[in-house]
Amino acid sequence: MSPGLLWLLGLYALPLLALVPLSLSEPLSRFGLETVFRGRVANYLEVLQAHGPILVRSFGYAGLATALGLVLAYPLAYAIRFRGGRWQPLLIGLVVLPSLSSYLVRAIAWTSLLGDQGPVLALVAALGLTGPLDAVGLLRDGRLLNTATAVILGLTTNLLPFLVLPLVVAMERIDPRLLEAAADLHASPWRCFVQVVWPLSRPGLSAGILLSLIPAAGDVVNPLFLGGPNDRMIANTIENLLLVQLQAPRAAALTLVLMALITLAVLLQLRGRGAQELPLP
Amino acid sequence: MNRIGAWLLGLWSALAYGLLYAPVVVTVLFSFNAPRGRFNLVWQGFTLANWRQPLRDAALTQAFLTSLGLALAAALLAVLLGGLMALALERARFRGSRSIELLLALPLTNPEIVLAAALLNLFVGIDLPRGPLTLLLSHSLFCLSYAALTLKARLAGFDPTLELAAQDLGAPPLQAFRRVTLPLLVPGLLAAGLLSFSLSFDDYVVSSFMAGETVTLPLYLAGAFQREISPQIQVLSSLVLLVSAALLVLASPRQGQGRP
Repeated sequence: MSPGLLWLLGLYALPLLALVPLSLSEPLSRFGLETVFRGRVANYLEVLQAHGPILVRSFGYAGLATALGLVLAYPLAYAIRFRGGRWQPLLIGLVVLPSLSSYLVRAIAWTSLLGDQGPVLALVAALGLTGPLDAVGLLRDGRLLNTATAVILGLTTNLLPFLVLPLVVAMERIDPRLLEAAADLHASPWRCFVQVVWPLSRPGLSAGILLSLIPAAGDVVNPLFLGGPNDRMIANTIENLLLVQLQAPRAAALTLVLMALITLAVLLQLRGRGAQELPLP
Repeated sequence: MNRIGAWLLGLWSALAYGLLYAPVVVTVLFSFNAPRGRFNLVWQGFTLANWRQPLRDAALTQAFLTSLGLALAAALLAVLLGGLMALALERARFRGSRSIELLLALPLTNPEIVLAAALLNLFVGIDLPRGPLTLLLSHSLFCLSYAALTLKARLAGFDPTLELAAQDLGAPPLQAFRRVTLPLLVPGLLAAGLLSFSLSFDDYVVSSFMAGETVTLPLYLAGAFQREISPQIQVLSSLVLLVSAALLVLASPRQGQGRP
């Protein structure tokens, strides 16, 4: 028991709490990470002013990717649970398999798919959609790479398994006899879905949204590989503040703001239902 | 559901699988590409040359081995520490166990960047140079929660009377644990270990803060993206995928055995 607890306290709780005084400090010089505590609350105002838009953008991208992911994942989970039959374990395995390859390699693959000489732009051009897609802002000057579209697409593929798995787990708990009963009572398939499947899959929905939104909002790789300079997300900013600009106090302030926002999202989603909602293998 | 509905559902599911597999298929495909220039990102023509020399990129191979060693060590440490925590939490009800459970689940709600920033600040503060040790410490930490909670769920699922029965039959507690509890825990230990391994092996954000001069595979890949993407990257990734697929098949429950 105790060594694990030591790990959690020494490498997690303590360093996290230490960010609070750090966020109120000032760098000692411009060339090192040493800081001095000054009780400087203005750090928070300054980072919100300087990086507020990027913070909003990060949650925007993560939210859009999660929404897009749900549109794909919910029907897929439904199909796996209710139409999968004996292929169900295989279908679930196929959802997991891509995430066992490195997500950097997947991002590299997206750059060749979405690149100027890649197949996606060729298809778009062949369909004559380059102009219209450019006009609605999905392409930028006829390009896909270095756009928000590419970042959100990359995020969506990464988070799909985290949406599908909790949904399948929640749907597996639905007793098929409930659906038979509903059908016996002359409920239409649509009504069966709305009144039985949807409410009973809600726990999986909450867990899936959290498991997707959290890593997506803090992602570094997709904006770096697939986005342009104007598509960077908040983790890129924190990394830059810490490792390049050596502004540890501001990085700490921004980190704590990000954490507070995510904790708020978690509380809103779980509303006291506790961590047992998180599906684990 | 009517036929058109079922057909649409199938089509939509195929679309989701297509999106999931697009980058995977491209990676495998480009392992057979004969690139012109330093970046293997545009299709030129088919070759088997890359597969004949999978280890030609020496820096890549080195980074791969580093990641392999780190992930093994981190997974082992996480399963050991997490297993003990899971046992204590599941078996002994004691004051503060609820808060420890909360502390265990809390890291799951932080994006990696939060942990990376906090740990960098800690190691700079205590003047611990970044390198293999800080990598191992940080990786074992973010694997710990997953490992402990996975094992705790497994422990909660099995019947404590089995252990009591062994003791009734005269087995001392330690022997009862070794002969009854531990064998039943093996699937859980494997699951926790594999999960920890893949989390550590694929980690980029925390590693980029903790590595110092050490180059893990994801760090190498991030550098390669600026410098040179050799086809060996795709070859090695395809191999990793092949091994993962084999492990997945081996780990999946057989028909009629019930899901874990």
